[in-house]
Amino acid sequence: MSLVGARVLRKEDPNLITGNGQYVDDLQPAGCTSMVFVRSTEAHAKIRSIDTAEALALPGVLAVWTSANIAQLANCPGGLPGLDQPLLAKDVVRFVGEGVAVVVATDRYIAADAAELIIVDYEPLPAVASLSAAMAPGAVVLHEVLGGNTVHFQDFENPLDEAFAAAPRTASMHIVNNRCAPSPIEPNVCLADWGRSGLTLWAAFQAPHHLRNTIAQYFGIPQDSTRVVAPDVGGGFGAKINFVPEFFLTALLSKEIGKPVKYTQTRSECLVAMLHGRAQEHDATVAFDNDGRILALKLTVTQDQGAYPNGTGMGLPVLTTAMAAGCYRIPAVAISWRNVVTNTTPVAAYRGAGRPEASFTIERLIDLIADETGVDPVEVRRRNFIPVDAFPYATHSPLAMYDSGNFAGALDELLKHVNYDELKKEQEKRRQDPAAKLLGIGFSSWLEIAGFGPPGSLEAFGHLASWESAQVRIQPDGSAIIFTGASPHGQGTVTTYAQIAADELGIDFDRISVKHGDTAVVPQGIGTMGSRAVAVGGEGVKTASGRVYENAKRIAAHLLEASAEDIIIEDEKFFVKGTPARSVPWSEVAWKSFQPLELPGGMEPGALDSTVFQQVPNFSFPSGAYCCVVEIDRETGGVNIVNMYLVDDCGTVINPLLVEGQVHGGVAQGIAQALYEHMLYDPSGVPRTSTFMDYLVPAASDLPGYITGRINTPNPSNTLGAKGVGESGSVGAPPAVVNAVVDALSHLGVKHIDMPVTPIKVWNILEGAK
Amino acid sequence: MTIRTAITVNGKDTSREVEARTLLVHYLREELGLTGTHIGCDTSNCGACTVLLDGEAAKSCTIFAAQIHDCHVTTIEGAAQADGSFSPMQEGFRQEHGLQCGYCTPGMIMASTALLTENPNPTEEEIRHALEGNLCRCTGYEMIVNAVRWAAENPNFTSGGVK
Repeated sequence: MSLVGARVLRKEDPNLITGNGQYVDDLQPAGCTSMVFVRSTEAHAKIRSIDTAEALALPGVLAVWTSANIAQLANCPGGLPGLDQPLLAKDVVRFVGEGVAVVVATDRYIAADAAELIIVDYEPLPAVASLSAAMAPGAVVLHEVLGGNTVHFQDFENPLDEAFAAAPRTASMHIVNNRCAPSPIEPNVCLADWGRSGLTLWAAFQAPHHLRNTIAQYFGIPQDSTRVVAPDVGGGFGAKINFVPEFFLTALLSKEIGKPVKYTQTRSECLVAMLHGRAQEHDATVAFDNDGRILALKLTVTQDQGAYPNGTGMGLPVLTTAMAAGCYRIPAVAISWRNVVTNTTPVAAYRGAGRPEASFTIERLIDLIADETGVDPVEVRRRNFIPVDAFPYATHSPLAMYDSGNFAGALDELLKHVNYDELKKEQEKRRQDPAAKLLGIGFSSWLEIAGFGPPGSLEAFGHLASWESAQVRIQPDGSAIIFTGASPHGQGTVTTYAQIAADELGIDFDRISVKHGDTAVVPQGIGTMGSRAVAVGGEGVKTASGRVYENAKRIAAHLLEASAEDIIIEDEKFFVKGTPARSVPWSEVAWKSFQPLELPGGMEPGALDSTVFQQVPNFSFPSGAYCCVVEIDRETGGVNIVNMYLVDDCGTVINPLLVEGQVHGGVAQGIAQALYEHMLYDPSGVPRTSTFMDYLVPAASDLPGYITGRINTPNPSNTLGAKGVGESGSVGAPPAVVNAVVDALSHLGVKHIDMPVTPIKVWNILEGAK
Repeated sequence: MTIRTAITVNGKDTSREVEARTLLVHYLREELGLTGTHIGCDTSNCGACTVLLDGEAAKSCTIFAAQIHDCHVTTIEGAAQADGSFSPMQEGFRQEHGLQCGYCTPGMIMASTALLTENPNPTEEEIRHALEGNLCRCTGYEMIVNAVRWAAENPNFTSGGVK
C-alpha cells in the first residue's frame, strides 16, 4: 500500500504532546547566562549619552554593552550596504524597538533589573511613520546617504497609455495592504556557546545552514567549527529566516564572558523587533470591456521597508508585481514598484511574502469590474481565466512561467459546495428586513508562486543556492535515517518525508527517522520557506531513496543469484517476481551492504547511503478557489464569517491530514489579516499594538470552521507532482473575506474597505448610509 | 527577599527557597526543569503557560510561586495516565492533528483538560469559547476543536501502557 496520499498520524507528536519537545529556551547548559535588551523608545532620535554605571554595579551583572563596545564590528548581515542596521544603535535610533544596549547577567531577573537601570538620553528627531509621511516633500531623511527616503524606484517599462486610452472602460483603486506582525507563539530565542572548540548557536530559525554560513563569515571563523542548531521551533511564518542582531550579540558576549549566553525575547519585544510583513500600498488601474473582459492592468506597488531595508524586504514587491495578473489572461500588464524607508520596524517575509498582496489586489479588481459592469463576479472570473489548455503560460514576468492549473475547475468544484443562487436570494431578502443581519458572499480565485525554486532564485535573496539536500542512510539493521536541509517548524516534514521514503525504499514507516536542524549532522541545507519543503526537499528524499533502492536491489539480486531487473519488494522482503518463497529481507541486504565479501562486483560498502542536492527547473504554482460568506451586524458593524469554503490545488497530496492543517492555518492567518490584525503606529512612530492586548491574534472564538475540497493538477517540475501548500491559505483568504464584506455593503455604494475590516469601519459606513 | 514555598507538582512534593517575585512558570521551568510549560507572551493573553492549579486551568506566568504554597499543580509532564498511556486529551490532539509546531500545545491540552472536567461533553461553540485564552498561530483551531471532541467521545481511552 502506498503511503503517499495516506492520512498518517505524525511522528512529531508524541514528544510535543507530553512536554518533551525541546525548544531553545528549554536548554539550560551549565553556567548559562541571560541577555536582555534595552530597546529604543523613540522612533527617531540622536543618542546623546547612555549611562550604564548603575547597571554594571548590580550584583550578578556580567556585562553591559552599547555600540561603543562593538564599534569595530560590521552591521547586521542581510541589509543593504550603507543602510544596514547596526547590532546596537550607533548615535541614532530609527525605530521603536531598535536595540540600544544589552545586559548579560547570571539570571533573567537580574538582567531585566539591570536593563531598567540604564539611562539613555535621547534628542528626538522628527519621525516618518507612514509611506505618505516618508515621501512628503521636506520629510526628514532616515539615511543621509540616500538623500531621500526612496531606496529604489522601478518605473514602468511601458505605461500602456494607448491601451488604456482605447479601452471602453477603466477603473482604479488605491489599496493599503496592512502591516502584520508574524507572531509565532514562540518568539525569537537564541543561545550561544562560544568556547575553545568553536561556536555553537541554538536558534529558533527556519534555515540553520544559512545562519551558519553567515555567522561564520561575519566573524571570519571556519564553518567546520561553527554549528547552528534549530531544535524544535515554535512557528516561524517567514519571520525566522531573517538575520537579527540577537544572534551575533549572544555569540560575541559568550566569547567575551566565557559562558553560554541565552536571549529569550518577550512578546512586547517580539512585536516591535521581529520583522513585520505586508506593509504595501497599491495603485492599480484596470481596463476592461463592457462584458467584463480585462484588456490591461497597471500596478504600482509601494513597499514600506521600515527603518532598515533588507534583501527579503526588497524582494517583496518583485514577487507581488510578478504575480499581479493572478490566474487571468490579461493582454497587457505594466508594473512598477518603489521601496521606501520609514521610522518603523523593518519589513520582510511573512507567510506568503508578496503573493497575498498580489492576489488581494487582483481579486478586489475583479469584483470592482463586476460592480462596474453588472456582470456577476463569478462570471467575470470565468471570462478571464487562463484556460486549462494554455500551460505552460508565459506571463508579463520572466519569474512567473505558469506551468499547470485548472482555475475554472477549482471554481466549479467550489460551487458544488456553495449554494450561490440561494445565498444571493437570501442576501436580497435580508436587505429588505432592517432587523436582519446583512449577508455577503465573496470569492477569490487565487494563484501563487511557491516551491522556491529554480537555480538562482534563492541566491537572489542571499542564500547559498536553491536546491535542498537529502541524505538517505540505511542502518545495518535495515532501518533508515533521512537527513534533510529543510528545517521544519510545525509542517510535519518528518512524517511527510518518512512517507515518501517508505514508498521508495519499501521500508516500514516506523523504521524511518528524519533528522533536521543541525549543521553538524545534516550534510548541507537551505531551509524551510517559500512552500518548498515537499516540492524541493521531498523530491530530494524521493530521488535519494530511489538511488538507495536501486543499489539494494542489486545486492538482493546478488544474494538471490538473480538479475536486479527482476527483483521486487513486498513487506520488506526482496524476491524475484513470481517466486516470493525465496526471498531476502531488507535487514539482511542492509547488513551485508557493509560487508565487502557479500557485495556484487564493483560495489563498495556504503552503497546504501545517498546524498542528493535536489534541484527543480521552475517554481511551482499552487492555486485554488475560495468563497467566504459573512454576516454583518447592523448595530455594531461586527463581521461574522458564517462559512469559509476552500478548494485547493496543491498538486499531489502526500498526507491529506497535514495538507488540511496547512490550509487551515494559512486561511486563519488570512482571515486575521482581513478582519483583525494591524500593526499600527501613531504619527510620531510609536507603535500602538505592541502587546497581545492590542495586536489581535485571533482566538478559537474569532475564527470559523472550514469546508475544504480539492482538485489536483500535478506539478510538472518534480516527479512527486506536489506544489506546496504552506502559504496558500494566507494568499487566498484575505480577498475572499473582504470581497464578501464589500458585497454585503454594495447596496450602499461601497466599493472597497481596507483591511483589517474592523467593526468601527463598517459601523461608520452603516451610520453614513442612514 | 526570598520565601520558602512548597508546591505539589505532578503528585510530587517540591520545596524551594525562591525570590518572592519568582513566577510559577519560572519555578516549573528553571527550578524543577519541567520545560513543557511554555511562555508566549507577557500579558496573559496567549495561554502557552497554562497548568492545572488545584484542578483548574491557570496561567502560570501570572502567578507567583510563593503565592500557591501548599497547592497542587499539574503540568503537561503530569498529564499522561498512570500506566503511561497518553491522556484522552493528548491522544485526541494526536488523532485530530490538533498541533503543528507544538509550542502552544501543552497549554492548550491543559486548558482543554480543565474544560472537560467542568463540562464533559462540550459543543463546538463551548469549546471555542473555553479556549479563548489560548492562542495557536498554526492550526486555525478547527482541528483543536476536533481534538477536544475526540477526548470527550473517548473518555476511557488507554493505549494499554504503550507510550
